[in-house]
Amino acid sequence: MAFRKDLVQISSWIMPNTKVLDLGCGSGELLRILQQEKNIEGYGIDNDINNIKMSLKNNINILQFDLDNGLKDFESNSFDYVVLAQSLQVIKNPQELIKEMRRIGKEIIVSFPNMGHWSSRLQLLFRGMMPITQSLPFKWHDTPNIHLCTIEDFLIFCKENNLNIEEVLVTNHKQQASLFTKIAPNFFGQIATFRIR
Amino acid sequence: MNENNMLNLQTYIVDFNKPLKLSSGKVLEKYTLKYETYGTLNKDKSNAVLVCHALSGNHHAAGLYSNEEKPGWWNNMIGPEKPIDTNKLFVVCPNNLGGCHGSSGPSTINPENKKIYGSDFPIITVSDWVDSQKNLMKHLGINRWKFVIGGSLGGMQAFQWSVQYPSMIENCIIIAAAPKLTAQNIAFNEVARQAIMKDPNWCDGNYLENNVSPNQGLALARMLGHITYLSDESMKEKFGRDLKLSKLNYNYDVEFQIESYLRYQGEKFVSGFDANTYLLMTKSLDYFDPIKDMGDMFISNLNITNAKFLVISFTSDWRFPPIRSKEIVKILINNNKRISYSEINADGGHDAFLMNNQDYFDVMKEFIDEACNGI
Repeated sequence: MAFRKDLVQISSWIMPNTKVLDLGCGSGELLRILQQEKNIEGYGIDNDINNIKMSLKNNINILQFDLDNGLKDFESNSFDYVVLAQSLQVIKNPQELIKEMRRIGKEIIVSFPNMGHWSSRLQLLFRGMMPITQSLPFKWHDTPNIHLCTIEDFLIFCKENNLNIEEVLVTNHKQQASLFTKIAPNFFGQIATFRIR
Repeated sequence: MNENNMLNLQTYIVDFNKPLKLSSGKVLEKYTLKYETYGTLNKDKSNAVLVCHALSGNHHAAGLYSNEEKPGWWNNMIGPEKPIDTNKLFVVCPNNLGGCHGSSGPSTINPENKKIYGSDFPIITVSDWVDSQKNLMKHLGINRWKFVIGGSLGGMQAFQWSVQYPSMIENCIIIAAAPKLTAQNIAFNEVARQAIMKDPNWCDGNYLENNVSPNQGLALARMLGHITYLSDESMKEKFGRDLKLSKLNYNYDVEFQIESYLRYQGEKFVSGFDANTYLLMTKSLDYFDPIKDMGDMFISNLNITNAKFLVISFTSDWRFPPIRSKEIVKILINNNKRISYSEINADGGHDAFLMNNQDYFDVMKEFIDEACNGI
């Protein structure tokens, strides 16, 4: 399986020999790479037993926690980075979780699928139906994604919550940044990755 | 027998003549440990695993003797190609000191006066067990356990190992345990003890000398314990309100299946277990509180250990529920330990740690296999 572009971006933002907490870490791919290439110390959190097994196989520290129950077991400022890669949209209370991430991490990294992508807009405009896209492949009734947002929404969210955006990367359906994603990220971007302090 | 050959089941008895200083301040001048081993110790003695048993367990964790109907208590976990894979690992499982299956305990002879110990046998704590297990380790010429593994009271021993001998343990698996007992846990233990001590045959603990046994009390203690090892869900599923006979009889005989089951469990238990050992084991559970007992040493020793931890809990366990295992997890995270935690979906209650469950086995196997890379 190809390494997800947002994970490549995230790993490029992480300095060597740091401490990383990866929320919704899946099979632990990001942490595995970071451990091997950047000698980081880290923990992954996931609540799917199959991801737990795969993460153990990947030799990462994996904690089976439910992110909706918060991160109260972690001490303040105990990590250099807290990462939430493409899981923001499944969280019951994203505002609370991001607040917690900031409490624990010196820096936080959040990536999410952009609901403002042109294909989502066109589907709603012309078909009058909830969008189904490459990064959001579910029907409205069986989707785990309960808090979808656009890049514009997230920028406003950051402003309202005093989150300082250090860096943003927006990529298209080919997982690449293009001229289009640079000119009109909220229209052409499929995945957005934010580095926040 | 063939399976036993593959398992390489061996039973040993070893006498220790060096006095063991106990937490209570008392000293055990001499003692015996009985233990089983499975698999083969490799040349550099780097594949040794200590399996610690729980309250009613013993050294017979795996394999089947010809006179037995049921194999050892963790036969589903230990063996060739099982999660604790005896093709790779050499497993040691001792009967705990104070037990009643071959190691020195209240039902064995006191070498000082040649009489049955009875109530003279000192209370042994988890920390004392770890000390005795360390002596067994030295006896076997092992310097470092590849794994220390246990469930329930066994999990507490594994946890204790990591802070008592932090450099002698490479991996620590703590299953269905807690860093200390709650008032409710102690309360259940106290009722169990009272059941035994109120039995007219208890004789202040010296019943064997008097050729009697507090079987009623011990059976009651076991029945109570057993309820706390199961879950409401598993009891419903197994027994519901099923009747033994087809109708109610309006008397106090056994009517519901669950009553019959509990009585059977109680009776079965007394034939193979010593009441004083039960008292001792429940006390060592109650006393267990390494964070408080060790004070600053707890954190400084935790900082020393390089051990990788795996903590496992079961959703339906209400004796040591997931929230209690998470207390251990939290301590380990906040001390920068390498730790993984899994909460296994299981309706077997506390006893789920002894039962078949694919997720549980997979999690154990993945962790163990990964740690065994290079063996």
